[in-house]
Amino acid sequence: MQEKLEKIREQATKALESETLLKELEDLRVQYLGKKGELTAVLRGMGSVEPEERPAIGKLANEVRENIEGLIDKKKKELEKLAQEQQLDEEVIDVTMPGKKIRIGKMHPIQKTQEEVENIFLGMGYEVVDGREVETGYYNFDALNLGPDHPARDEQDTFYFTRDMMLRTCTSPVQVHTMESQKPPIRMVAPGKVYRSDEVDATHSPVFHQIEGLVIDKDITFGDLKGALAEFAKSLFGDKAKVKFRPHYFPFTEPSAEVDVSCVMCDGKGCNICGGTGWIEILGCGMVHPKVLEMAGIDPEVYSGFAFGMGLERITMLKYSIHDLRLFYENDVRFISQF
Amino acid sequence: MNVPMSWLKQYVDIDCDIVTFTDGMIMSGSNIETYKETGEEISKVVWAKITKVEAHPDADRLRVMQVDAGQDKELQIVTAADNVDLGDVIPLALDGATLADGLKIKSGKLRGVESQGMMCSVEELGFEVDEVEDAPENGVYVCKYNVLLGDDVKPFFGLGETVVEYEITSDRPDCFSILGLAREAAATFNKPFNYPVITVPEIGEDARQMADIEIQNEDLCPRYAARIIKNVKVGPSPKWLKDHLISAGLRPINNIVDITNYMLLEFGQPMHAFDYDKLVDKKIIVRNAKEGEKIVTLLEEEVDLDPSMLVIADPEKPIAIAGIMGGEDTMVTEDTKTILFECANFHGPNIRESSKKLGIISDSSIKYTKGLDPNNVGPALDRAAQLVAEVGAGEVVSEVIDIYPKVREPITISYDPDEINKFLGTKIEEDVMIDYFTRLEFIVDRSNKKVTIPTFRPDITIMADLAEEVARLYGYDKIEPTLERGRPTVGLKTREQQIKDLIRQVMSLHGVYGAMTYTFESPKVFDLLKIEEDSKLRDVLEISNPLGKDFSIMRTTTLNGMLTSISTNYNRRNESAALYEIGKIFIKDEEKELPKELEKLTIAMYGPETDFYTLKGIIESLFESLKCSDRVEYTRNNDASWMHPGRRADIVQGNKRIGTFGEIHPDVSRNYNIKTRVYFAEIDIASLLEITKLEEEFKPLPKYPSISRDIAILVKEDILAGDIAKIINQRGGKYLERYKLFDVYYGEQVEEGYKSMAYNITFRSPDKTLKEKEVTKTIKKIIHGLETNFEAEIRDH
Repeated sequence: MQEKLEKIREQATKALESETLLKELEDLRVQYLGKKGELTAVLRGMGSVEPEERPAIGKLANEVRENIEGLIDKKKKELEKLAQEQQLDEEVIDVTMPGKKIRIGKMHPIQKTQEEVENIFLGMGYEVVDGREVETGYYNFDALNLGPDHPARDEQDTFYFTRDMMLRTCTSPVQVHTMESQKPPIRMVAPGKVYRSDEVDATHSPVFHQIEGLVIDKDITFGDLKGALAEFAKSLFGDKAKVKFRPHYFPFTEPSAEVDVSCVMCDGKGCNICGGTGWIEILGCGMVHPKVLEMAGIDPEVYSGFAFGMGLERITMLKYSIHDLRLFYENDVRFISQF
Repeated sequence: MNVPMSWLKQYVDIDCDIVTFTDGMIMSGSNIETYKETGEEISKVVWAKITKVEAHPDADRLRVMQVDAGQDKELQIVTAADNVDLGDVIPLALDGATLADGLKIKSGKLRGVESQGMMCSVEELGFEVDEVEDAPENGVYVCKYNVLLGDDVKPFFGLGETVVEYEITSDRPDCFSILGLAREAAATFNKPFNYPVITVPEIGEDARQMADIEIQNEDLCPRYAARIIKNVKVGPSPKWLKDHLISAGLRPINNIVDITNYMLLEFGQPMHAFDYDKLVDKKIIVRNAKEGEKIVTLLEEEVDLDPSMLVIADPEKPIAIAGIMGGEDTMVTEDTKTILFECANFHGPNIRESSKKLGIISDSSIKYTKGLDPNNVGPALDRAAQLVAEVGAGEVVSEVIDIYPKVREPITISYDPDEINKFLGTKIEEDVMIDYFTRLEFIVDRSNKKVTIPTFRPDITIMADLAEEVARLYGYDKIEPTLERGRPTVGLKTREQQIKDLIRQVMSLHGVYGAMTYTFESPKVFDLLKIEEDSKLRDVLEISNPLGKDFSIMRTTTLNGMLTSISTNYNRRNESAALYEIGKIFIKDEEKELPKELEKLTIAMYGPETDFYTLKGIIESLFESLKCSDRVEYTRNNDASWMHPGRRADIVQGNKRIGTFGEIHPDVSRNYNIKTRVYFAEIDIASLLEITKLEEEFKPLPKYPSISRDIAILVKEDILAGDIAKIINQRGGKYLERYKLFDVYYGEQVEEGYKSMAYNITFRSPDKTLKEKEVTKTIKKIIHGLETNFEAEIRDH
C-alpha cells in the first residue's frame, strides 16, 4: 500500500514535471486525484490494510494528495505565466501605425474671433446683444445722427429694399434698440453681419461682420473710453500691445477717434503688414453724441457714454496673417480646419 | 486731397520736417494717407549744353555729341534726336540715372561708339507734351531759360515737391481746400495763419450795369455772385501756376480754366466762366429745370433735366447745370472776349441728388456736395479776379454782382471748462482752452463763457463739439486712460446665446466645420434647387440696388449657400467635408414693416463614410445634448422637392415641423456640379431654443439589476422602424428602460419583400429586482402588438 502510494507520488511528480500543456494539467488532476483516479483507487483498498497501519497510511495518502495538488498548482501557475508570455509575444503590433481618427470640427475663424472679443467684454461686465439685419431708416441712420441729407445714406454704400427698409450698414441699430429698452448703466456689445455695397475682392465683401460696443452711465469720460479699449487691445493682442487714438469723425460720436494698435507682427518697429508705420488701424470709437442719447430717450445732461466698433474680418486677418478675405466665405475645409 | 507743401507754406510758416508735420496733423485730426515727392523716381538728370556735334561713323540716323554737364570732363552722347543742335541746353540722364517710367540709364556703346548718357524728352520726365511750355511734340526738351549746367532738372519742372495726401472727413468741408488745411496746420503748430492779401485791380465801369442775376430758388442757391472780365486773352498760364496745378495732380489747360482750378484747390470754391457775349439779354436766372428741358454740356453730351435739378439759365435756355457742369453754348473758347465769372453757393444734398441722377460727377459737384460756406464766395471771387489780372488773362470790371438774400451768420455757443474737463476726464486750464479756440479763429467772450464759431465750421454746434476741439489740440494721446467707475453690471450670455454655443460645440465634436455664407443670392437658385414654381420660398425680398442679379434677393432657404460651399470643397478634391452654419433666412411679413428673420442651423456633408444615418446620428446627438430628444419625432418628408424622394425626413415637434433633412436630389447635386451624394439638414433655431433644456437634472444611479431580452421579427420591407419603436414604447410598460435596433437583415432565409429586425430591449425597476416572469409578460405584450399592427412574424425571442 505504502509502496503504491509512493509510486503514485513518483509517477505524478514525473508526469507533472514533463507536462507543458495547461489543458492536460486538468487531465492529470483527474488521473491521479479524481473520483476515479489512481489515488482514490488505492484508498479504496484501505479495507485490506491492517487497522493499526491505517492512520499511517491515511496520513501518507493525504501527504501524497497534498503533494500532488501542490505540484499541480505550481505547474499551473508556471504554465499560465508561460502562456501569457507567449500571448504577449504573439500580440506585438506596429505602434507606429496611424491611430483611428476621430474628426473634431472647428469653429469658423470669424466666429472664433467673435467669441474671443465677446469673452473679453463679458469679463468686463458687458452683455452680448443680437439684433435684426434688415432695418428701418430710423434705426440705421436717423437715430445715429445721420439725417436725411447725410452722405452716408447714399445708395453707394447701402443696400435698400424700399426707401425706408435696408440691410443694416453697421450693428449700431442694436445699440439704439438697447438704449430705448434699458436704463443705464448699459454695457453691451453687438456682434453680427453687416452689409455695404462693395464689390468682392481680397479686402472687400458686401457682407461682413462687426462687433460694436456701448457703455452708458453717469460720469463716463473720454479717458474711460481710452482705458477700456487699451485693456481690450491687451487682452486680444497680448500685453505688449499699445494703442493710439487719432481724432476722426463719426456722426454718432463726438469727440470721435480711430484707434491704431501697435503692429502685432513687428511690435511696432515697422514691417510689410503695417506699411512700415508700426501701427494698424483696428477700430473706430468716440463719446456717444448727445443727440443720439437724446433720441433714444436718455438724458445727455445726466448720462454720458462711449461707443466703439470694429470689423471682425479685419481683426481675424491681422491675427492670422490672412491676406484674402474671400477665403472666409469659400468654406474650404482645409482652411477652416486650421482654426 | 493732394496738397503740395510749398503751396501750404505760402499761408503758414511750417519749419519742421515732413514726418513731424504729418504726425502733428494726424494727431490734431487731419488724417494723412501718405505723402510723396513728385518725380521721386527720377534721379541723376541734369542740365547739359551741347558743345560739339559729329556724324556717327556707322549709322546715318545717329549723331555723336559732346556735352558740358558741369563736370570736369565733357561727356560723349550718341543720340537719334534730330531736334537738337550745337549750343542747345538739354536735360541729360547721366550714367546710373532713373527716369519717370523706372528706366535705368547706363553708359554703353551705340553702334560701336561710347555713349555716356541720354538726352531726355519731357515724357521721360513724367509729363505730357502739352503740360510743359515749349516742349516739342517729338524729341528732346530744349531749355530756353538760364539754367546752371550740371544742376538737377527737377526744380525747373516743378518736381521734387512734397505732396501730402489728406483724407478729409465729411464734417470738415472747409478742409477740402489748401487754405482750410493751412488754417488747421497753423492751429496745430501754433503758428500764425497768413490769409492771402487780396487786392483787385479794376478798370472802372460797373459790372452790375452789364448783367442781371435773379435767383428763383433761394433754398437751393443761397448765394450767386459774378464778376465780369473784359479783353480776355485765353492762353497758357505762367509757369508758377502750372507747377502748382501739376504738383497737386491737375493738368494745366489755359489761363482761365487754370485759375478756376486753382481756386478749387486753394479756396475749395468751384467757379465757372461763361462767354458773356453769348448770354441772351445778359441775364442769368438760377431756377429749377423745366419738365423735358435738355442741355448740351461742355463735354458735348446732351442730357435730360428734370424739375428737381437746379440750372443756370438765360431767358431762353439753361446754360449750365448748377454746380455740376457748364453748357457747350456759353463755354469759353479762344475767341472769347468777355467773361462772366460765376462764384456761387449751392445746396449740397441737391447737387448730390442731381449729380447721381445725371451720372455726372465733376470736380465742382464733388466740392458742392460737401456743403460749402456761402461766405467764402466773396473772397474767392476777388482772389480769382486778382489772379486774372496778375497773369494777364484779362481786365477786371469794377464791382461784383452779388445776390445773397439770407446771409449766413456765425453762431455763438456756451462753453464750460469744468463740463468739458468732466466729459474728457482731463484737467485742462480755461486759458489753454481759450488759446485753442483762438487758434481755430473762434471768437471768445470769456466773461460770458461764449464762443462765436466762424461760418466755415458748420460742424461746431454744441459743447461736445467744443470738447473735441479742445481734445484734439490738447492731444488725444495726452488724455490719461482710466477705468470707468460706473455702477457694475454682470456680463453673462443669454440663454439663447448659451444654447447656440452648445450647438456649435456639438457640431465640432461630430467633426462638422463652421461655415459662413452670403445671405443674398441670385433668383436663379430656385430653379437650380428644383423648388416648385408656386413654392412660398420664391416669395423673396428684393434688393433695389444690388451689386448684380447674382446678389439681388434675400435667401429664404440656406440651401444655395451651403451647396455652393460643398461644391467648392468637392471640386477642389477634398475627400470629404462636413459644414454647418447658424445664419438667417428672410421671409416677407405682410403684417409688419420689416421681414421675419429666422435663424437656421444648416448642416451639409459628403464623403466616403457619410450617409443618411451619419447625418441623422449628428442630429440625434444634438437633440440629446440639448436634452430634448423626447420632444421630437422623425417622419417621412413628402414635400422637399430638392431632396431624394425616398431619403428625406422631417423633424417634428408636436404638430410642428422644426426641421428637414435628407439626401440632396441628384438633379440638384448635378446643378451644383457635385458628383457624389450630399446630405443636408436645415433646423429652425427658434424651435430648438424653445424645447432645449439647459438645466442639468440628476437622477441617482440604479440600485437594482436590469433584464435584457432580444427579439427578432420578420416584417414587410416598408414597415418603418419608427412605427415599431412606437409600439415598443407604448407597450413596454413602466419598467422599459431602453431598446436598441441592433440588426436589420435582408437576403437568404428571409422572404423576398420582407426584412428581419432584431431588437435588444432592457427593463429595470428603480425599487426592486425584476422577475423573469414580469419581463416575459411585457415582451409578450410587445410581440402581440407587433403581430397585430404589422403582421410581424416572430423569429426568435
